Amino acid sequence: MEKGHPATYDEVQKIHPLYFNIVKKRYWWFALSLLVIVPGIISLFMQGLNLGIDFKGGTMIEMTFKKPVTQTAITDSMKSVGLEGPVQLSNGNTALIRTTALEQAKQNELMTTLQTKVGEYKKTTLKVDLVGPAMGQELTRNAFKALIIAIGLMIAYISFRFQFVFAISGIIALLHDVLVVVGLFSLFQWQIDSTFVAAVLTIFGYSINDTVVIFDRIRENEAKMKRGDSYEDMVDKSVWQTMHRSVNTVITVLIALFSIFILGGESTKVFSLAMLIGVFSGAYSSIFNASQILVEIKKHMKHTRGKGEKAVRA
Amino acid sequence: MRRGNIIKLVTLVLLVAAAVALSIKPLANPDPAKGIPLGLDLRGGVHLVLQAEPNKNGTPITNDDMDKAKAIIAKRVNDLGVSEPIVQTDYVNKRMVIDLAGVSDPDKAVDILKTTAKLTFRDPQGNIVLQGDELSDAKAAQDPTNAGSFVVNLTFSHDGTIKFGDLTTKYLGQQIGIYLDDKLLKNPKVAVPILSGQAQIDNYTTLEAAAKDAVLMRSGSLPVSMSVAEKRQVGASLGIDSLHKSIKAGIYGLINIFLFMLVFYRLPGVVADFSLIVYSLIVLWIFWMFRVVLTLPGIAGFILSIGMAVDFNIIIYERIKEEVRAGKSLRAGVESGFSRAFITVIDAHVTTFIAAMTLYYFGTGSIRGFALTLGVGIIASLFTAITFTRLVLRLIVGISPQLKTTWFGVRREA
Repeated sequence: MEKGHPATYDEVQKIHPLYFNIVKKRYWWFALSLLVIVPGIISLFMQGLNLGIDFKGGTMIEMTFKKPVTQTAITDSMKSVGLEGPVQLSNGNTALIRTTALEQAKQNELMTTLQTKVGEYKKTTLKVDLVGPAMGQELTRNAFKALIIAIGLMIAYISFRFQFVFAISGIIALLHDVLVVVGLFSLFQWQIDSTFVAAVLTIFGYSINDTVVIFDRIRENEAKMKRGDSYEDMVDKSVWQTMHRSVNTVITVLIALFSIFILGGESTKVFSLAMLIGVFSGAYSSIFNASQILVEIKKHMKHTRGKGEKAVRA
Repeated sequence: MRRGNIIKLVTLVLLVAAAVALSIKPLANPDPAKGIPLGLDLRGGVHLVLQAEPNKNGTPITNDDMDKAKAIIAKRVNDLGVSEPIVQTDYVNKRMVIDLAGVSDPDKAVDILKTTAKLTFRDPQGNIVLQGDELSDAKAAQDPTNAGSFVVNLTFSHDGTIKFGDLTTKYLGQQIGIYLDDKLLKNPKVAVPILSGQAQIDNYTTLEAAAKDAVLMRSGSLPVSMSVAEKRQVGASLGIDSLHKSIKAGIYGLINIFLFMLVFYRLPGVVADFSLIVYSLIVLWIFWMFRVVLTLPGIAGFILSIGMAVDFNIIIYERIKEEVRAGKSLRAGVESGFSRAFITVIDAHVTTFIAAMTLYYFGTGSIRGFALTLGVGIIASLFTAITFTRLVLRLIVGISPQLKTTWFGVRREA
């Protein structure tokens, strides 16, 4: 007893108690996105990103002293060996020191000075990261390469599986997510490290996942469209048909990310924060932007094609 | 039919439980050679990237130089007494990547590894007359004549013995300087020609200092000078702390996803939760089998992939709900739900997989670990869904045609 299609547009509307026409209100969604993205872009141009030592090169020392210490004591010790840099204190005795890339001898000198002037520290919880400037540049270069290649591959794949128009709409939604993450990190000047690159690329791969599921439904419904059916309504129906899935999937991923963010410790904070923002933005752009952009492009194409036909007839 | 399915289901549940019970011990084995290997950020140690610097004449660094350097560095690493050291050569970028786990004094280790350690003997005018390559051994010892002092005993090779003999004959009564790189170790006056091939460098204040120089002399000098391009040093207890935190994050994440699926999807939610357990086991066993080194970002990738792995279940369940609402039986709904959802899932996951692969290809160090766990996770979740989830769902809907659709979260209007 294979039926035509499981549900009509009306039925889909009835199932969702919160139903409203998502496609019709699309300019509101676009505006909301711009409201977040534009300040981010301006900030990117004005102040850029707060690059950590992974990008700029430098030394980062995380040490826990046996007794509470003061920030000035550490800064003074650094000055006495001719070093400068920001010092962050947490819990009264854990210090995070950032400075230029130190030679081993210089680092030893600093550690001895800190030991005598500030106090004893725990050797087993010491963390030292040293990144030479050349490595930092390499990371940035590779990040851009990876991003461009990933964009290329995804456009190719979606064009192959769907249509080029879908790919373009999907990629615009993707860039939206990346801009939201990068923009917010710039706006709040949160310091980024190499895991940030991983987060951005994962957002890149993952947020299109939601979009693809909706596109997949549009593709399926489009094939069943009858003469006179409105493309807008069909897209609206598709978005709502996949709504539960879009929301639930994001919730499970957000649960996983929140666990990492809250319980995972300092080293994965930047990563999980970027991912949290990205996944949330990804869900938003998949539901509220991607298919709406598709509608917009299709409308435009139909419009120009219609005019062309008229011209031929006349 | 009906009872058969129930028996099969119970057997499956018991099998999964048994698999979990049997897996905990081998997978969580703290011995890195037996359990899943942990990265340096989780067990403490030093990750070091040494960059070979071209010399002043601008002669290019050959792969042969890199191989020689690797052999020498490997010797020095062994002398440090580190378990399972990793020394890798990156010929393209002329780099040496060294991983030392659980090293007690990382600063000293770095010092020993990057030193060129060219041992030279120089005449009074400062010309090099003999090089350390002619040594066959160097050992630190207590100075037999002076209790508070330590020495390095040098033994020359056959050729070296002859050369050293000629040298001490030629410069009898003069001073011969012994240098390690540009550091003057000793400048003794030759009293008698030394033909035995034995020499001694004395006046070390600690045995440690003598031992360090002995290691350097014994291993020979690096053909190229090295600079530290990257160093990541993690204290042992900091690593363990990170490991505990990530495991805690993973467990809480898993529990909350479990609850969410249960509340939202009821019976299929239970199936999804079981699939997740099977999924986690598969991924961990793959790590174990292929010796995938687990890093902090790697664990984050794994936890993230748990969140993503449920996706397949969600897509299928939503599809089944739709099919059932449209009037199909549960059994038909499961079948068509699966076949339709499958294409969707493939399309959706290929893109994430593309991202993971690109990251793996361009990433370094711990980022690679993340990309790898993510990639493995995607494939494993597809595999679990196609095999395990489908089997269990089929068995459940096969129990009885009168199964309530509300168990699947579908309210069908009469």
